[in-house]
Amino acid sequence: MSNTTDLPPQTSFKLSMLINDTRYRSLTFQFIALLGLCFFIAWLISNAVVNLENLGQDISYRFLGNPAGYDINQQPISFSSQDTHLRAAFVGVLNTLIVAFLGCITATILGVFAGVLRLSNNWVVSKLMAVYVEAFRNVPVLIWILIIFSIMTVSLPGPRSFRGDNATATMLFDAFAFTNRGVYVPAPVWGSGSLIVVLTFVLSVIAMIAYRRYATKVLYDTGRLLPTLWPSIAIFFLPTILMFFIMGRPIGLDYPELRGFNFQGGIQVRGSLIALWFALSLYTGAFIAENVRAGIMAISKGQTEAAGALGLRPNRIMNLVILPQALRIIIPPLISQYLNLTKNSSLAIAVGYMDVTGTLGGITLNQTGRAIEAVLLLMLFYLLISLGISAIMNVYNNAVKLKER
Amino acid sequence: MKKTVFLGALTVAGLAAGASAAATLDDVKARGVLNCGVNTGLVGFAAPDADGVWGGFDVAVCRAVAAAVLSDANAVTFVPLTGKTRFTALAAGEIDMLARNTTWTFSRDNDLKFEFVGVNYYDGQGFMVPRELGVSSATELDGATVCIQTGTTTELNLADFFRSNNMSYDPVPIETNPEAQQQYLAGACDVYTTDASGLAATRANFENPGDHVVLPEIVSKEPLGPVVRHGDNEWGDIVRWTLNALISAEELGITSANIGELSGGSNNPEINRILGTEGELGAMIGLDGEWAKRALMVGGNYGEIFEANIGEATPIGLSRGLNAQWKDGGLLYSPPFR
Repeated sequence: MSNTTDLPPQTSFKLSMLINDTRYRSLTFQFIALLGLCFFIAWLISNAVVNLENLGQDISYRFLGNPAGYDINQQPISFSSQDTHLRAAFVGVLNTLIVAFLGCITATILGVFAGVLRLSNNWVVSKLMAVYVEAFRNVPVLIWILIIFSIMTVSLPGPRSFRGDNATATMLFDAFAFTNRGVYVPAPVWGSGSLIVVLTFVLSVIAMIAYRRYATKVLYDTGRLLPTLWPSIAIFFLPTILMFFIMGRPIGLDYPELRGFNFQGGIQVRGSLIALWFALSLYTGAFIAENVRAGIMAISKGQTEAAGALGLRPNRIMNLVILPQALRIIIPPLISQYLNLTKNSSLAIAVGYMDVTGTLGGITLNQTGRAIEAVLLLMLFYLLISLGISAIMNVYNNAVKLKER
Repeated sequence: MKKTVFLGALTVAGLAAGASAAATLDDVKARGVLNCGVNTGLVGFAAPDADGVWGGFDVAVCRAVAAAVLSDANAVTFVPLTGKTRFTALAAGEIDMLARNTTWTFSRDNDLKFEFVGVNYYDGQGFMVPRELGVSSATELDGATVCIQTGTTTELNLADFFRSNNMSYDPVPIETNPEAQQQYLAGACDVYTTDASGLAATRANFENPGDHVVLPEIVSKEPLGPVVRHGDNEWGDIVRWTLNALISAEELGITSANIGELSGGSNNPEINRILGTEGELGAMIGLDGEWAKRALMVGGNYGEIFEANIGEATPIGLSRGLNAQWKDGGLLYSPPFR
């Protein structure tokens, strides 16, 4: 009769069950491990703080407000030696973004071409691409940066060679100067009315996109194939050129000219930027080429054959059938290649390119001696930039990925 | 994860710094080797020769300290450091002393918590240009492209000089002296600026030194000297007085030629005190009586070291100038050994 009052034994919780009961055991161990990790990190931090205190050093970011005292050669925003360290860091961030942006675009173009061509049936082309990929993928990027920079410095003439009657170097079309300090190109000069020309250009780009959409729609609705290439080119160029002459040629060009020690006027694309940009693009491009090749090879051969059976030509098979499917596989590793390129741009100081590692993590760190502060801030900058790139690319990935309905 | 690794590294650095803040002398003695931070390669000041043996004006200071402390001028590990890495290496205890043409400034002394023990070379920042440019003064350099070693005081002096003269320039930051040399010779920059002594050393290394001129303007004061960590005064005193012994020895006429004879005793009590035959100076800094004698026997006195490494008879060809003894119109003035 006492049976009715007996509680089932499993309802009572005993402390030993945390170890003995398989339902709780894993949680217990995870909790202990987490606690241990927290203590370890806390110990590391407190240790660093105590030791810094013993050395008489404190963590302070006040130096960011002090005048930097040094100059930066490539300034996307104006900067003088009297501006603050914070502004110098910001100039560095912009320079990092510039080279990362240029590098990502070039690397993607290079990588897609090399990846597709490596699968070509043409033996010479595919082997050439294999050589490119293997050569660039297997040599450290720092060495490529230095090689390209050294070749530019040694092989291109200095500005002095352009001087005098028996100059050993001449400008291309009197507009482009290739020197070992960089490439000088004409800069646009915006006169009055140039805004209308620019607006016309923007509108014609929109019109071109609209026309291509319309052509696609017509194709889907009626099966009629409208020409797209030549009309697109016409829409892209003609209205702008027409408006340019109607407004009386408001946009002029400022040609670079040798004055004093250097070329003045025009836009200088620095040798350090070119070397860094090329090296990063070629290096990362080799990795992207392999991603592209992997993506394409993952698409079953049956897709190509089916498209061929429908009468599509090889380049249309690639553009309309294979690449859209391959993109789903290519994009995720492509994101990490972009991140790699951005982080590798921190090697810029090897060629004297003033990126954020060069300004904040280089000169500022050195002149103020605030190593820990500067490095923490540097980590934060790279983290933000990388997370930003990831976020943007994930949006794109979501747009192209296989949608399951 | 990355954060953890970083903090770990931070802590290790912190621990190392904390442990080495005190009793560097004991550490060096226990180790049997002096870790000395030097330039990555500046002929005359610190550069390895064909056999990999380091030599030079700064290296001589390291060797003198090693001889004084460890009785062996070769018991030195030379750690080549760039302008950027030198202070971190010293603060972290990776090196015991830094003898790498480092300018003594207020903020380095106080904010970075270092101790400059003296000056072994009075320098100033200068400019070098190719002769064919026809430039005779630094004030004609408006618009020039300037190669400069990054992470040095020269960077700040350069900015100040051009700003105060209302001139513009284009800085090309470079990590090390050899790289700067390559850029300058290739014409990627018009001007190379660094300490005048460094310019002379670099120029001596060129195939045709005569094609390049060092401009007369000296735009800054650059007192270069050995550095130790703040807070270990005993160790700082040893390095300071080793340097002073080299300087005093020249003033008093102790040379590597006559040191054997003089250490038998002389009429000059200060010479006797330096060489340990009179008084107890060695014990006061925790060393034996013959510490200075050993330091002097490595490369001779300051003047001998100067002439052997960077003097007028060497390819670098620097004259004593400000670095002459005070009696000869220079700035070298060692406190008395008393």
